Amino acid sequence: MSLSPTRSLALCLSASLLTLPLQAGAADGEAIIQQGGSNPAAMPCMSCHGTDGKGMAAGGFPRLAGLPEAYIAKQLADFKAGRRENPLMQPIAQALGDAEVAAVARAYAAKPKVNVKVGPVERPKEGSGAWLALRGAWDRNIPECTLCHGPSGVGVGDAFPPLAGQSAEYIEAQLRAWRGTPAQPAGKKARAVAAVAPTRSNDPNGLMRHIAADLSEAEIKAVAAYFAGLGESTEPFDESQHRLR
Amino acid sequence: MKMTLRCLSVVLLPLVTTSALAADAVRNPRLDDQTQLPKAPVRPAGQTYFQPPAEADIPHNAFGDLVRRGQDLFMNTRALAPQYVGNDMNCVNCHIDRGRKANSGPMWAAYPMYPAYRKKNNKVNTFVERMQGCFQFSMNGKPPAADSEVMTALTAYAYWMSTGIHLGKAQPGRGFNEPPPPKGGYDIARGKAVYDKQCALCHGDDGTGKKVGATSVFPPLWGKDSYNWGAGMHRINTAAGFIQHNMPLGRGRTLSDQEAWDVAAYVNSHERPQDPRLVNGDIDETRKRYHADDGVNLYGVVVDGRKLGQGVQ
Repeated sequence: MSLSPTRSLALCLSASLLTLPLQAGAADGEAIIQQGGSNPAAMPCMSCHGTDGKGMAAGGFPRLAGLPEAYIAKQLADFKAGRRENPLMQPIAQALGDAEVAAVARAYAAKPKVNVKVGPVERPKEGSGAWLALRGAWDRNIPECTLCHGPSGVGVGDAFPPLAGQSAEYIEAQLRAWRGTPAQPAGKKARAVAAVAPTRSNDPNGLMRHIAADLSEAEIKAVAAYFAGLGESTEPFDESQHRLR
Repeated sequence: MKMTLRCLSVVLLPLVTTSALAADAVRNPRLDDQTQLPKAPVRPAGQTYFQPPAEADIPHNAFGDLVRRGQDLFMNTRALAPQYVGNDMNCVNCHIDRGRKANSGPMWAAYPMYPAYRKKNNKVNTFVERMQGCFQFSMNGKPPAADSEVMTALTAYAYWMSTGIHLGKAQPGRGFNEPPPPKGGYDIARGKAVYDKQCALCHGDDGTGKKVGATSVFPPLWGKDSYNWGAGMHRINTAAGFIQHNMPLGRGRTLSDQEAWDVAAYVNSHERPQDPRLVNGDIDETRKRYHADDGVNLYGVVVDGRKLGQGVQ
């Protein structure tokens, strides 16, 4: 049996990990990401969130690389407690021990943050996704997304995660999770659709749910597409430079 | 002898006052301070606030370019005009929605009220002088010259936003529409509880706000990078109005009058940069001249055994 160098290295690593005495409270975040938690129900994170932790757009699996440690830990706690509902993620979160949650949050936070190219001041068109992102809809008390999520949506502190670097599928799904779906009365050709209750209620101080509740389906799609479209830049950014709004 | 002294003081006192004012005038030739506005008229039921023109309607010519530059400066003051800004504040921090939102000191309600005559000091101040006051106090910086590119652009932006407004007429939505002082007064300790629950998430436990790299996102509310002791926002009544209408962001009008006053008092009971009008290096003199008669504020007041107004650098 011949093994590629990387494969054998990985095997060696995992073997050495297995032989390490398990200290109380110590867990290897990278090992959980690659191989799963001690409970087999805690599947390896990378199988959905990608080998690089940048998520998988098609499945709506979010990027975790470079997200704040406290934010990731809070989301896992919220999945466990049901403040954030998701049929895939809840059982996984429940299968992770507290030390494992802390370790995995630390490991993802240590990966590279999303890097957005710094450009000149943008001039969005009213009614576009960019408009919502950069101007908001103050007649409905909706602040521009970048006011809390930071210029270019790069995220601010532990409470406001990056929107840049996430896929449109993921952002749309979250806005709908906060909003729920209003009931649709039966039309001439369409059947009535029952209301779907919100499945996310873990926004600090209730800052997100009222915003999502006031967004139309078209607005949700447009603003999600805007942030997904920012892409990721490989150009290094000097943090002493300002990002313009 | 007694008589002579009295006579002398009658003669001397106005002299002293006049020369002190003259010294002020030398330092800030015609700078407008941020004393209180008269109460704005109430919005009649069923009427909307003034609607400024849409951004898309800014013309595509030299004038439009100046208006857009003004808007850019308004939103990115610290980044685009660093030589005039001494802290981490931008115009848009206090004037939400790019200076368009009613009860958030909208530009369209301010611009048409200048030049303004003040009986109190028998002075006339222009809109540019009022904005210079913002740079001096709210931004703890150095005011740009009246004919500077920065001032011209900001003036053009405010002028454009006021398109179609009634000149010289106070508009509903002007200023911050302060809630009346609560009957039992305000309470700083209660204000801290409101702050910890509703404000600390963004502005931090220590009031320093939050940044992304060099860019300030949530402005500092006290300390060296916040507005100074001469800014209008240092008044508890003014801050209560701003907070009640606009905070937490997107959830304005959710705090009661009492909560707004309490939390405004908590924020404004912290040290911040010194009032640049400091008289003879003395807090008490400065309080007497500029703060005693300026709404409800804690400059020169002893709180928790410490006299406020020391300033921080």
